[in-house]
Amino acid sequence: MYLYPVWVRLWHFFNAVLILILIITGISMQYTGKDESTLIVGFARAVKWHNIAAGLLIFNYVFFVIGNIATANGKYYKIEKRNFFSDLMKQLRYYSWGMFKGEEHPFPVSLERKFNPLQRISYVLAMYVALPLVVISGLGLLFPETVINRFFGISGLIITDILHITMGFCLSIFLVVHIYTCTLGRKPFSLFRGIITGYHKSDED
Amino acid sequence: MRSMRSWLLIYVLLISVRPAANGFNGRQATNQDTTTFVSPFYGENERCFKCHGQSKYEYTNENLGRQVKALMFSERVIDRDKFYDSNHKSFSCTDCHSVDYVTFPHPGELRMEQQYNCLDCHGGDDKFAKFGFEAIEEDYQASVHFKLEEGGFSCWKCHNPHSYKISARNSNNLKETVLYDNNICLNCHANFSHFQLLTDRDEINILAKHDWLPNQSSHFKSVRCIECHSEVNNNVLVSHLIHPKEKAVKKCNECHSQNSLLMSSLYKFESKKQRKDGFFNGIILNESYVIGANRNEYLNIFSLAIFGVLIIIIGTHIFFRLIRKQNK
Repeated sequence: MYLYPVWVRLWHFFNAVLILILIITGISMQYTGKDESTLIVGFARAVKWHNIAAGLLIFNYVFFVIGNIATANGKYYKIEKRNFFSDLMKQLRYYSWGMFKGEEHPFPVSLERKFNPLQRISYVLAMYVALPLVVISGLGLLFPETVINRFFGISGLIITDILHITMGFCLSIFLVVHIYTCTLGRKPFSLFRGIITGYHKSDED
Repeated sequence: MRSMRSWLLIYVLLISVRPAANGFNGRQATNQDTTTFVSPFYGENERCFKCHGQSKYEYTNENLGRQVKALMFSERVIDRDKFYDSNHKSFSCTDCHSVDYVTFPHPGELRMEQQYNCLDCHGGDDKFAKFGFEAIEEDYQASVHFKLEEGGFSCWKCHNPHSYKISARNSNNLKETVLYDNNICLNCHANFSHFQLLTDRDEINILAKHDWLPNQSSHFKSVRCIECHSEVNNNVLVSHLIHPKEKAVKKCNECHSQNSLLMSSLYKFESKKQRKDGFFNGIILNESYVIGANRNEYLNIFSLAIFGVLIIIIGTHIFFRLIRKQNK
């Protein structure tokens, strides 16, 4: 089933590469030491690549949002209020119990439903909550003069930075979970193949 | 009767000299913070300020038999307000300059008057021990500035005795200290008319030279030039060992790290105070925020715990998947 059009695959590829660069360089800046050899990337290089990758990520994000508005891809991100929690629990139960008992997938992939309820809520939180927040707080850190000095007695820069690293951490956790759940297809690499070729092979194929 | 008059004169002189001698004691330090300071030598100093307090002066030329107006050489103009706000504000002009200056025209040989340097008054005195003047002198003699001494460089080029105000130790506003201290450097390094008096080097464009520095304006507002251009000396509050430009700190992580250089330089005086909210080098946060230096210990532990739990969950999931695969 052809599920991932070219623009989605291109966006996804650049998003993946840029997020990886941002995580590595972000960790390098946070955990920098005086001894260069203990770093993943030296501070100066980390700052440079973090800024470049962040700028490209913003363009890529705008491309993603416009793509979702202009094409039918946006419908996959609409959260259905009906049976929201029960559907989430069904999916969680499948991952933690049902799949080991050989049960059928409760929400098989189709052209109408690309994501299961757990994917949908996590993708929406990642792409429409965490990513905008990490971008806005990142712009604040890039242009510190735009950040308010004090907010209820606390430095605006500290609040901005804590928001940035917290959202960055959430996206890192999302990335690990996302990569792992992508091994839960028919075969460990079949879902990865899907996002590269555009064709999804379901359990029934 | 004559002897009594002599004793009275000595007594009056002693009273009038005491404030100058006690210039740096606690009582005077408190006075320094008030805006109502009135120098005991105000009237006496005014004899000098009458001409040296502004760029024009007027005197009676007896040869011509009339009043003459003349321009004061800019180096000899002393700003009254700055002087009475400076560290040396309680001094009489003649504490440092010859009493012969009270005559006008000033005797020609006074031009050869030997100027004091800092150690002449501040050296070898327990009262000033906490300032570490001897260590400062050692730093200075090893610095690039000392090489310019033959060409006229001295302590006064940075610390104008008529206006210098100790900053880092007394200020409650670190940003003002940074501005004050950086202006001392920029007075020569960004002002070619001053710079060329001491060196044959070409004019320096400070902004262009620091092009490589990200967030240049934030750095210039938040740290002093000496943070990168001098070597930290644990015996003095402000390092005076200015390095040649090739040896300036260029590695970001010297400051942007857990054991940040800033804690032993700009924040040295405050680093003894500690915050208890888990931030490394937390004292910096009172004034600024330094990526890499201001991580939060609690957030570190919390994030590692979450990541650890996630890895355990994924590991367990993989384990059961492998068991199911074997049982198929």
